[in-house]
Amino acid sequence: MTRKTPLLAALALGAGLLATAAQAQTLRIGLREDPDILDPTLARTYVGRIVFAGLCDKLFDINEKLQIVPQLATGYNWEGPKTLRITLRQGVKFHDGEIMDAEAVVYSLKRHMTMQGSFRRSEINTIESLDVVDPQTLRIHLKEPSAAFLSQLTDRAGMVVSPKAAEAAGKDFGTRPVCNGPFRFVERVAQDRIVLEKFPGYWDAGNVHVDRVVYLPIADSSVRLANLQSGALEVTEIAPTDIPAIKGNRALRIAVGDSLAYQSILFNVGNGSRADTPFGKDARIRRAFDLAIDRDALNQVVFEGMVTPVAQPLPPASPYYDQDFPPPQRDVEKARALLKEAGVRTPFVVEMTVPTNPELRQAAEVIQSMVAEAGFELRISSMEFASSLAAAHRGEFQAYMSAWSGRIDPDGNTWAFLHSRGASNDGRYANPEVDRLLDAARAEMDEGKRRALYDQVWPIAIGKDQSRSYLWSRKLVFGVSSKLEGFRMVPDGIVRVQGLKLD
Amino acid sequence: MGLWLLRRVGQILPTLLILSMLIFGLQQLMPGDPALIMAGEERDPAVLAEIRSELMLDRPIWAQYLAWLGKILMGDFGFSWRIRMPVGALILEKLPVTLQLGLMAFVIAVAIGVPAGILSAVYKDRPADWAANGLALAGISTPNFWLGIMMILLFSVKLGWLPPSGYVPFTEDPVQSLATTIMPAFVLGSGIAGVLMRHTRAAMLTALSQDYVRTARAKGLPERLVVAKHALRNALIPVVTLGTIELGRLLAGAVLTEQIFTIPGFGKLIVDAVFNRDYPVVQGVVMATALIFVLLSLLADLLYMAINPRLRSA
Repeated sequence: MTRKTPLLAALALGAGLLATAAQAQTLRIGLREDPDILDPTLARTYVGRIVFAGLCDKLFDINEKLQIVPQLATGYNWEGPKTLRITLRQGVKFHDGEIMDAEAVVYSLKRHMTMQGSFRRSEINTIESLDVVDPQTLRIHLKEPSAAFLSQLTDRAGMVVSPKAAEAAGKDFGTRPVCNGPFRFVERVAQDRIVLEKFPGYWDAGNVHVDRVVYLPIADSSVRLANLQSGALEVTEIAPTDIPAIKGNRALRIAVGDSLAYQSILFNVGNGSRADTPFGKDARIRRAFDLAIDRDALNQVVFEGMVTPVAQPLPPASPYYDQDFPPPQRDVEKARALLKEAGVRTPFVVEMTVPTNPELRQAAEVIQSMVAEAGFELRISSMEFASSLAAAHRGEFQAYMSAWSGRIDPDGNTWAFLHSRGASNDGRYANPEVDRLLDAARAEMDEGKRRALYDQVWPIAIGKDQSRSYLWSRKLVFGVSSKLEGFRMVPDGIVRVQGLKLD
Repeated sequence: MGLWLLRRVGQILPTLLILSMLIFGLQQLMPGDPALIMAGEERDPAVLAEIRSELMLDRPIWAQYLAWLGKILMGDFGFSWRIRMPVGALILEKLPVTLQLGLMAFVIAVAIGVPAGILSAVYKDRPADWAANGLALAGISTPNFWLGIMMILLFSVKLGWLPPSGYVPFTEDPVQSLATTIMPAFVLGSGIAGVLMRHTRAAMLTALSQDYVRTARAKGLPERLVVAKHALRNALIPVVTLGTIELGRLLAGAVLTEQIFTIPGFGKLIVDAVFNRDYPVVQGVVMATALIFVLLSLLADLLYMAINPRLRSA
């Protein structure tokens, strides 16, 4: 053993030196998991969006204040309630040298709408037709007024692929994507790395300061942290519990910001036989359950103060966030009284499905002890994520800890979940008044009037019917190398590579 | 001999066929809907229906099975649903990674376990023996996960000697390749080193008490030669058998180790595929593993025949 150690150390040292020399201007970004296919039409993972931020620009982007700002577009205007005119930036090139014009944008939108297996179709299925006005202008006709439509173009539906490359590659486009972002695709080793290199023809090339970006999927958060600490990563999302480990480290700093994501407990009120219980039928019992939860204590105990307690599906960063619908204060007396009023025997048994995840499990256990004081016996049923998703879809649950990554437009956080026809409404909550308000808000173009409509939804869907308990909105926590300048924190959690500089 | 070989190969085909049914059938028992997990946060019923139809999930199981089997017979393992890469190519890309890791772990295990076993047998009931036994116990009982994290903290974070995770192919950069695999290989090998040490010790103790060893000593041979030439040779036979068994276990152990060190190998491939319900990858990897084991057992039979002529007539 002793004879081997110096040899090992020498080997390792040599390897370390080699590594430093070869990666001089390389930005390394850690990801929570390996992204799926890198085709903007077929992709669906969150981590994939982080890679796309380097590869593919979008018609519009969002900024720190959740405002929609032009990226490949230079502007837009609504010519009528159903007609959107978009003007495009000049001189935008694809990675294969082709020019991006209105034809290319129309091609990409049509590809999103018609390609088999497209995950974009439902995002932009309000499109009725598309016109090319001139090379820099296009017009989009919608089937019905949609206030949320523009926000869809700030994500993958707004990405424009090279028509020539897309035609040539067909379904395999995602294995060699050709877009128009600041970096172009070099290689991908599944589960290991995705490598991009600087694209000299980028329209905003002056704002790109690194030569290469390497995205490294590292599933374990402590290993991600170790990579950051040892200088093998420049940026990565970290667990809130890892903050103390970074605080004492001069080579690193922490960036914290609000996210769009929320965590909720979904109640089964109408999906199959599991809804046929007093818990599923009597809103007073669910209300009692909600009142027994101390969101502030949860925040402190489980998340070290790194989440924001909420009671609505909109993040506090959203301009539509309703200040007059704050998270309720815990009230055990009232909860007990509600249970008594409902005439149920205590301890009242509720089974809650929790996807296996140490953090969620811990939160569920804290909730278990909180609601116990009000007279609930909460049984936690841990289930692997994919299984829990399928079980919820089939209605095989009473309560389910369900999270949503969040959208910048309120419609994306509400309609699918609270509308009786919503595809993600696994608890089958249905209230005609809520449906009416959500439909009206979807079509209302005036921000003030729209906000007023959403403000009416919460007291009914949450306050009165308690179809869900919204618990917290996650904060984004990034560990960033001190060598990295220009890091911007946007609530969608996507790392913008433009403007990033390495010392 | 020729007839025997023919019969033996003839047995392989039905074995593989039954295995393929088992793999396919077991997978259907996995809870969770692949279409739902594929769709991510998308829940549009039209999209879900399209995924099911594209992946043939809306067809009866036997139809799915026959379609899969037909392709396998043509050498086509299908495409990963998640990243749309051919499963065959993924397997060929990942297998060498795990083999390298496994081989290095095995070398480490033998390099530590066998000498430690010899030492502890030769110095039985002395401090060297106790130390070796203590080490072996630690090696067997330390969870890979914990050891892995601790090594990363020490060698990558504190000392900065080794990269904390990732993998570089040996053909690309041998030094960097060793640097990325030495920690996972050690973690993987440490448990097996413990087992090997215990078995070497037991076998050596038996060998050292045999008559031929006493004879060798009586001839006045130096103790070093007695141990190395006479005792060790004989003691190694059961150790080699055990070592080959452990080699198989090692590949299984790689699943967790690859996960900790983010090594893009066979183990990580199958774990990620299971969690993402990427059925073609799961089926392909399990089928390929089964094929390897079946071929290895055929090879073992052939080797036994080569070694032991008495088996040939059977």
